[in-house]
Amino acid sequence: MKKYTYTDKKDTRSGFGAGLLELGRTNPNVVALCADLVGSLKMGDFIKENPERFFQIGIAEANMMGIAAGMTIGGKIPYTGTFANFSTGRVYDQIRQSIAYSDKNVKICASHAGLTLGEDGATHQILEDIGLMKMLPGMTVINPCDYNQTKAATIAIADHHGPVYLRFGRPVVPIFTPADQKFEIGKAWMVNEGTDVSIFATGHLVWEAIQAGERLAEMGISAEIINIHTIKPLDEEAVLKSVAKTRCVVSAEEHNRLGGLGDSIAQVLVKHDPVPQEYVAVDDSFGESGPPAELMTKYGLDADNIVQAAQKAIQRKG
Amino acid sequence: MEIKELENIAAQVRRDIVRMVHACQSGHPGGSLGCTDYLVALYFEVMKRKEGFDMDGAGEDLFFLSNGHISPVFYSVLARAGYFDKSEMSTFRKINSRLQGHPTTHEGLPGIRIASGSLGQGLSVAIGAALTKKLNGDNSLVFSLHGDGELQEGQIWEAAMFAPHNKVDNLISAIDVNGQQIDGPTDQVLNLGNLKAKWEAFGWDVMEMNGNDMQDVLRGLELAKSKAHKAKPIMILMQTNMGHGVDFMTGSHKWHGVAPNDEQLEAALAQLNSTLEDY
Repeated sequence: MKKYTYTDKKDTRSGFGAGLLELGRTNPNVVALCADLVGSLKMGDFIKENPERFFQIGIAEANMMGIAAGMTIGGKIPYTGTFANFSTGRVYDQIRQSIAYSDKNVKICASHAGLTLGEDGATHQILEDIGLMKMLPGMTVINPCDYNQTKAATIAIADHHGPVYLRFGRPVVPIFTPADQKFEIGKAWMVNEGTDVSIFATGHLVWEAIQAGERLAEMGISAEIINIHTIKPLDEEAVLKSVAKTRCVVSAEEHNRLGGLGDSIAQVLVKHDPVPQEYVAVDDSFGESGPPAELMTKYGLDADNIVQAAQKAIQRKG
Repeated sequence: MEIKELENIAAQVRRDIVRMVHACQSGHPGGSLGCTDYLVALYFEVMKRKEGFDMDGAGEDLFFLSNGHISPVFYSVLARAGYFDKSEMSTFRKINSRLQGHPTTHEGLPGIRIASGSLGQGLSVAIGAALTKKLNGDNSLVFSLHGDGELQEGQIWEAAMFAPHNKVDNLISAIDVNGQQIDGPTDQVLNLGNLKAKWEAFGWDVMEMNGNDMQDVLRGLELAKSKAHKAKPIMILMQTNMGHGVDFMTGSHKWHGVAPNDEQLEAALAQLNSTLEDY
């Protein structure tokens, strides 16, 4: 089993800011738009170096999505920045018609996704965004796991033509993926090989899955852990290959159990290789205010929950 | 082009509109007929256009239709201007057609740069395209058309606030002020109030024109062009009659989204000269 350690912790939104800064230096077509959350989205460094390529939209997210769509006409690659809630639910029809249906090359970059936004509470903690975005035909949905991967994903999506939803968060989390990684859209990332259970995790839950894997190993259970950073298109081959070996699944995500990564995996299993699956996800509820770590525990999203889900999935193998 | 020539094209476009809507027994003839003169003037006289079509439209003027339900007039003008063969108009709103009920880029129809139909989105898109033109050092212009009922959508006013603040002065927008929407006259459904005062208060250079008088449309659009690149976005309040050109369709919301039957088609075509060939 590969041992993962970390020397540094950072928020994934800072990875976005760093990726955007690098794009500012390497890709003259990249432009950035923000709806009054420049600090939260860590866009400051890009703005400092490229003031002419930054557009402050004000608190008007619908207008931001429309402007972004229009800016692609003439070759720009707009990166929009606001919280996940205001990047998706608030502007769903604008994204649907002006971006997705119109096949516009807009990168919708969403910070503060999920419960770990913390104290602001449920009005801001969207847990439905992956579902909303993956249902749009042609939309790519990415939820990277740490600072380095978020930076790499931010850079990689500039070379992918088409709309992308890039989801990241507020909390400070361990950095455990390499700084020099090449991000491949739609290619699952093997974290640890195992034989007894497949744990498919996305976003912040990948680190929780790694910790769960260590505890399971102590119990003599060999967990295969796979980082599904791209929820759509889903790496079905990686899912099926792993399941062929382990014969049971845990999916782990900071999202409603309805419509997220778990459902995407379940669909693949039902069609090709039905095996037991346990969900680690929010059980169809809104969030609430509180410190991120406490919320993760209360809503059943931490390493302990993954351990329990793995045990249950293994039991169900019969 | 002579005014008479433009009027002849407009008559043919109006024939196309009623024939398209009749053929599939659905679609929106009222607003289409009202905006015909504006769109004919734009595509045949006012806009700087390149041969053929590419999405980026570098170095040419761009047009965005925000009130996408008036697709019949848009399709007819695009076909008559050479973007695709006029015979394709017979597929309007039918299965496997590029001429969807509301305009879309999805089917690759030349001339269309954005999907529209869900209202209130086109002004933002036009602003975005205008910003990119500025970034690219492209001095050509962006035009957009909006319904008056559409102004009830909140996104319009987000965009209205943004454009003057950011000096988007390569944008010439127009509102089809026909005073009608599906449920009745706009002043009864949800009164728009003093549009001139509203847009001026937001910081636009506002002008008015008669959208059903070709001479005034040309005057208005040329005046608008002369106001471009002067630090303000330009808004044309265009007075039109819904259904203009067909007497029994004129001035009533009843023909917003209703197709004529066989007798009504005949009566309408009798009022519109076939100046070019019918499709």
